[in-house]
Amino acid sequence: MHAFTRFSEYILMAWQALVSHKLRSFLTTLGILIGVTTIITIWTTIEGLNQYVFGQLSNIGASTVYVQKYPWVIKGDFWKYRNRKNITYKEYQALVQYCTIADHISPEVFAPKKVSYKDRKFDNIFVIGTNEEYSFTANVAPEIGRFLTELDVRNKRYVCVLGREVTDQLFEKENPLGKRIRIGDKKYTVIGVLEKKGNFFGQSMDNFIVVPFGTFRRVYGGHRGMRVALLTNKPERLEEMKDQIRGILRRVRKISPAEEDDFAINQQDMLTSLYKSLTSTLFAIVFVIGGISLLVGGIGIMNIMLVSVAERTREIGIRKAIGANRKNILSQFLLEAIVISSIGGVIGIVLGYFGGSAILSQMDLTSGVSVTSILIGFGFSTTVGVLAGFYPAYKAAGLSPIESLRYE
Amino acid sequence: MLIRIENLTKIYQLGKVQVRALNSINLTIEKNEYVAIMGPSGSGKSTLMNIIGCLDVPTEGRYILNDRDVSNLTDDELAQIRNKEIGFVFQTFNLLPRANALHNVELPLIYNGTPRAIRRQMALEVLEKVGLAERASHRPSELSGGQRQRVAIARALINNPSLILADEPTGNLDSKTGEEIMQIIRDLNDAGNTIILVTHEEHIAQRCKRIIRLLDGEIIKDELNDI
Ligand SMILES: Nc1ncnc2c1ncn2[C@@H]1O[C@H](COP(=O)(O)OP(=O)(O)OP(=O)(O)O)[C@@H](O)[C@H]1O
Ligand SMILES: [Mg+2]
Repeated sequence: MHAFTRFSEYILMAWQALVSHKLRSFLTTLGILIGVTTIITIWTTIEGLNQYVFGQLSNIGASTVYVQKYPWVIKGDFWKYRNRKNITYKEYQALVQYCTIADHISPEVFAPKKVSYKDRKFDNIFVIGTNEEYSFTANVAPEIGRFLTELDVRNKRYVCVLGREVTDQLFEKENPLGKRIRIGDKKYTVIGVLEKKGNFFGQSMDNFIVVPFGTFRRVYGGHRGMRVALLTNKPERLEEMKDQIRGILRRVRKISPAEEDDFAINQQDMLTSLYKSLTSTLFAIVFVIGGISLLVGGIGIMNIMLVSVAERTREIGIRKAIGANRKNILSQFLLEAIVISSIGGVIGIVLGYFGGSAILSQMDLTSGVSVTSILIGFGFSTTVGVLAGFYPAYKAAGLSPIESLRYE
Repeated sequence: MLIRIENLTKIYQLGKVQVRALNSINLTIEKNEYVAIMGPSGSGKSTLMNIIGCLDVPTEGRYILNDRDVSNLTDDELAQIRNKEIGFVFQTFNLLPRANALHNVELPLIYNGTPRAIRRQMALEVLEKVGLAERASHRPSELSGGQRQRVAIARALINNPSLILADEPTGNLDSKTGEEIMQIIRDLNDAGNTIILVTHEEHIAQRCKRIIRLLDGEIIKDELNDI
């Protein structure tokens, strides 16, 4: 027999059976609908977040490591990190001298400062003191003007490079190059403006100012803690570089072999894996909730299919009398269960997509229609349809034609 | 020879009680015969029809249909034979209530994989034969009893079966409509179809060419009838 003819016939039969009980069909599929909606909502949200978070995390180059006092992701006891020493300039110099695998090394110190130009004043602008290598380690490039040069840094010049947002706030439409702005108590000449980086969870990534490292230290003090960014151009040597850094710092700090490191080597993948473990926990929770409503939905479908088989015993008898075999009856009722639960699935996919988009738009993010989420919604609902429909369909297939025909 | 039945017995087990619905039946029926099976209620008419129609299997004995022993086939093999060889007409019509006349008639063709377009064509042709072509899109509830039975006859005919089985086909109809149905069945026989008809009404039996009388699961009389 032509499989497709038969299949389309069953779908048609299923459809007719379902529209003849519209309300009942809808109530039956409600559990599936809710389950799929939940799962797809979260799926869409997380996919939107992923795209965004991974996009942003890639701003922190994958091959850059940061030597710092604290690790980015703290596991266990926070207090044991409290007594650590700050990373010092001497240690930075040791890294510059001995870390041969790193291609670019930048020292970084930060502080929020008051910034003003003419009558425009802003508190708490993030100021970074670093060197010319920062454009590599932080992957930034000037949109106009230039970045810091070795000379700026060596001569501790009063020059600065602005993030896009700071520029817009201070200068509006005025050309910033060559203008002098006040940072804290000193005046600096603007030499460049950086390309826009965008937002990260509502936080602007363009709201900062870069000044030469030495200038920063001279003006704001040299005692504070710093971090050192190291970048290798050979990603495959990243682990080797981390080992080298560890060796240098342990030597400089005279850490005995039995002791743990008292510094952290941070890297983008720590954040990536933190994010992944957060989202996978979220996923697990949602799958449990969604799974429960799918289970309840499945039980509902099984129940209604059993009722339907009993109600239509005579129909089954008629079909068998004129030549339907077990497989024909089984397929008919199984497909009916699959169709009813897929309808819930399809509505769930659509609602879930809108739900996810609504959540994302609260975070100023957008989402795309993802093939995966459609497949997931469809996969779940048809699987539930098959599992819930099989027993009733099997029962229908096994009915004896004579007894079914006699059934009132 | 279309049907050969040898020592056929059907026993129903009801708890500890055995009901011998058919007891050692022997019977042959040729192609193009027109047979009535008569007998009082409970004499085993329907039981015999069910076995002849491959809806049920005998407890003992053999049933050979079209040179094939069908006494011990599986459910699915029986379903295939019902589909190809047998057309049923029931007292209660047994149409699908939600399907229209055309769909009811083409139903047997769905189960042998006939493509839709051909199905439609064939179903319309048989509906035409029973004079119901213009009612093709009506549901059973929109048809009279006689019309419903004609739809059922059209459905029985659609696969061009070797055998048409009618169990009290006029039982639910008034006498005038019953007459019309009997005329259609007669015409089918004239056109070459083999017909077996169950009835407990003498005047219906008298319109058939052969009358088999059952009592308590046994054939008590098997005679030709001149019409
Ligand atoms: N499924 C069954 N289980 C048990 N006994 C049955 C079953 N079907 C039929 N019988 C018994 O078998 C005997 C023959 O029944 P059958 O239905 O063949 O009679 P019938 O001649 O068709 O009667 P009627 O004219 O009332 O339709 C009866 O005694 C009946 O009670
Ligand atoms: Mg009977």
